[in-house]
Amino acid sequence: MVGIVGYGAYIPRQRIKLEEIAAVWGADAVAYKRGLMLYEKSVPAPDQDTITMSVEAARWALARAGIDPKGIGAVYIGSESHPYAVKPSGTIVAEAIGATPDCHCADFEFACKAGSEAMFVGLSLVKAGEMDYALSVGGDTSQGAPGDALEYSASAGSAAFIMGRENLLAECLHTFSFMTDTPDFWRREYEFYPRHGGRFTGEQAYFKHSLAASKEIMKRAGLTPKDFKYVVHHQPNGKFPRNVGKMLGFTEEQMKAGWLSPWLGNTYSGASPMGLTAILDEAQPGDLILMCSYGSGAGSDSFIWKATERLVEVREKAPFTRPQLDENKVYLTYGQYAKYRGKIVKAD
Amino acid sequence: MRDVAVIGIGIQKWGELWDRSLRDIWVEAAQNAIKDAGVDHIDTMYVGAMSPGLFVGQEHLSSLCADYLGVTPVHATRTESACASGGMAMRCGFIEVASGMADIALVSGVEKMTDVDGGGATYALATAADGDYEVYNGVTFPGLYAMMAQDYMHRFGLTREELAAVPVKSHENGALNPHAQYPSRIKIETVINSVMIADPLRIMDCSPITDGAAAAILCPLEMAKDYAKGRPIIKVSGVGAATDTIALHSRKDLSVLNSVVVAAKRAYEMAGVGPDDVDFAEVHDCFSIAEVITTEDIGFFEKGTGGKAAAAGETALTGKRPVNTSGGLKSKGHPVGATGLGQIHELVTQLRGDAGKRQLKTAKRGLAQNMGGSGGSCVVHILEVV
Amino acid sequence: MAFIPSYWRERAQRLRYEGNKCESCNEVYFPPRRSCGINCDEELKPHTLSTTGKVLTYTVIHIAPTQFTDEAPYAMVICEMDGGGRITAQLVDCPFEDIKIGMPVRIEFRLIQKDGHHGILMYGYKVVPG
Repeated sequence: MVGIVGYGAYIPRQRIKLEEIAAVWGADAVAYKRGLMLYEKSVPAPDQDTITMSVEAARWALARAGIDPKGIGAVYIGSESHPYAVKPSGTIVAEAIGATPDCHCADFEFACKAGSEAMFVGLSLVKAGEMDYALSVGGDTSQGAPGDALEYSASAGSAAFIMGRENLLAECLHTFSFMTDTPDFWRREYEFYPRHGGRFTGEQAYFKHSLAASKEIMKRAGLTPKDFKYVVHHQPNGKFPRNVGKMLGFTEEQMKAGWLSPWLGNTYSGASPMGLTAILDEAQPGDLILMCSYGSGAGSDSFIWKATERLVEVREKAPFTRPQLDENKVYLTYGQYAKYRGKIVKAD
Repeated sequence: MRDVAVIGIGIQKWGELWDRSLRDIWVEAAQNAIKDAGVDHIDTMYVGAMSPGLFVGQEHLSSLCADYLGVTPVHATRTESACASGGMAMRCGFIEVASGMADIALVSGVEKMTDVDGGGATYALATAADGDYEVYNGVTFPGLYAMMAQDYMHRFGLTREELAAVPVKSHENGALNPHAQYPSRIKIETVINSVMIADPLRIMDCSPITDGAAAAILCPLEMAKDYAKGRPIIKVSGVGAATDTIALHSRKDLSVLNSVVVAAKRAYEMAGVGPDDVDFAEVHDCFSIAEVITTEDIGFFEKGTGGKAAAAGETALTGKRPVNTSGGLKSKGHPVGATGLGQIHELVTQLRGDAGKRQLKTAKRGLAQNMGGSGGSCVVHILEVV
Repeated sequence: MAFIPSYWRERAQRLRYEGNKCESCNEVYFPPRRSCGINCDEELKPHTLSTTGKVLTYTVIHIAPTQFTDEAPYAMVICEMDGGGRITAQLVDCPFEDIKIGMPVRIEFRLIQKDGHHGILMYGYKVVPG
């Protein structure tokens, strides 16, 4: 048996509304909101980054797991906005939670699925008996270029999972990864903003891989959509996950708990992982959960989880996901947002 | 231990002295003190300076100053205790004369703060706080005193307007001081509407960045009459110094500066007097709230009443307890290492009856309280006419 | 300029809030000390600060040191942590008008300073309303 023994999510308080961004660029806010199903997104403050959010999420995961951090054998942070280009985010997170020095560390990247692959590797090492616990985190403070479509969705958040073999909150029943070389979205070395292939990022990228990974994992598990209580796909906007869910045969009710993007934006490596934390905040023992990430470039990691009795016993030990999304929000103007995100910088 | 007297003082007008170097302003003050004392040699010297290394890239002031004064091979030592560096130089000179190891001591202080820009000055001054546990997290000196002010105002009900009475009074006095950096009168409204630095302290609550030096000559009391030339003989009757925690957050009471309480107590004990026997005091008003707290901690007022007393005029020239007749650090300037000796300069000037328009009617015994950082160190001197 | 060894040396304190405590004097030290004082022989035991505490005093810094200029104005507080120990830290995620002496706060892991565009990132503790 292997699965999640602790989980946690962290969402910064700052928000910016889609209309606020659209007004600056003369874009049609109403059309964007309808087309993307995005209303507002989270914004990291200048003193927040993938590392700070991952530490907070990891600490909540530890609170639920109730384990000694020295027992963590690996710390894997998956992001496309690691604060350093060379020097792992994981070493700082590991130091902050007290997992060093007997600990493996590597940073993961694969566009928006860097978090789920950290989860896959963490699970696999624990399953293989190489270690008792592994910490896997997906988080980002990703950027969208000014005036680009991605500016409406690129947001910030971190979701952390501690994998183990005992006292599981959610057992991992199956994993499956589907990957091809598809240049739909990328960022070259030394570039500040990513670029994308416009409509090419739809059918041949997001949909092809999400559908393939989801269908194959269900086939291998001998399950169909109606066997699941919850499903969460990668959510770059509000629309794509609903479309892919419907295409697979899932209902809105099954997608509801994990569907955060209309108010959160796209937390990139945190997107489907944080959908999972929101689901774990309410899942009941025995509920089956399908999680399928998507990372441009391209690939999808899918997982089937089963909630346990213990989930209900310990989940109140740390903050839930949805209240962090809905409460205590601070709205920024575009100018404040641009300053926070380094889009405008004072002269040196 | 022998008794010690102050027989000479030297200073210049303090300010942004762009065309004067550190050695130049120090030598001027030292020579003025030597001339005022009428001595033809010195046996030892102390130079107080907080951070010549950071401000002008120069350490080793002992050698530099002795050289440029032309007194090598006399002994010299630079003393450092943040903004109490000058007061500590005085204390060291006192000990050397009192012990019999030297007869004529030159004690001095200097700081040249305007060669670096504002950021550089702030950085240098911040080294007086806890670098790793206060400064690292973003606090500034005005911030530390502002936190004291918030605690004080919360507990004792002092209002913003009442606190403003302190710099207003200081400028009233400074306007009468020919050596003051900012000899201009100000109003309460000016203070409370000036630029916010760290809530509730505004720029007019804060002492300025200043270049300046000050010096004094000490000798055994029995030799003072040879140099008096008809002027009152002034004895250093009390010396007390103390430390407190470096970080404000480690203090027992955020509105009590224990280094001041203990240093003052030690000075009073040595002088055999109490606060009521002191006619006036020069205190370390690096910020307006510092004057309020230190006047209480030297025993002039009960804890919690110093601010209201200042607002009621009790610390004015004509008040019951004149404080900072020189204009204080606020109006006269605060070249950090020199301030302690600037205070001694004012004490001696008043005790001699030379303070002109700001002369007190009764000036027989005065107290100088000089402290470093947020109160991590303090040195108090009591001078009196004998 | 960042002093790299100095930043690294304080990591147990900045990243994990580790101090120590004298059980006999009931004094918590943060950062940890070699000894309680010259009068006390007691061996100090490890003590990690609680992440919850309350505000003892505060200010809002408007004129900031160079490395914090872009963040100004920002609030600074002195907090007493539950179980002992005091810190000086920035209070974030709180409108200035809501700051009250005595309010509960919680430590949050944040980026404290950057050494310009090229140097290291320096992390540490700030507090948020509890």
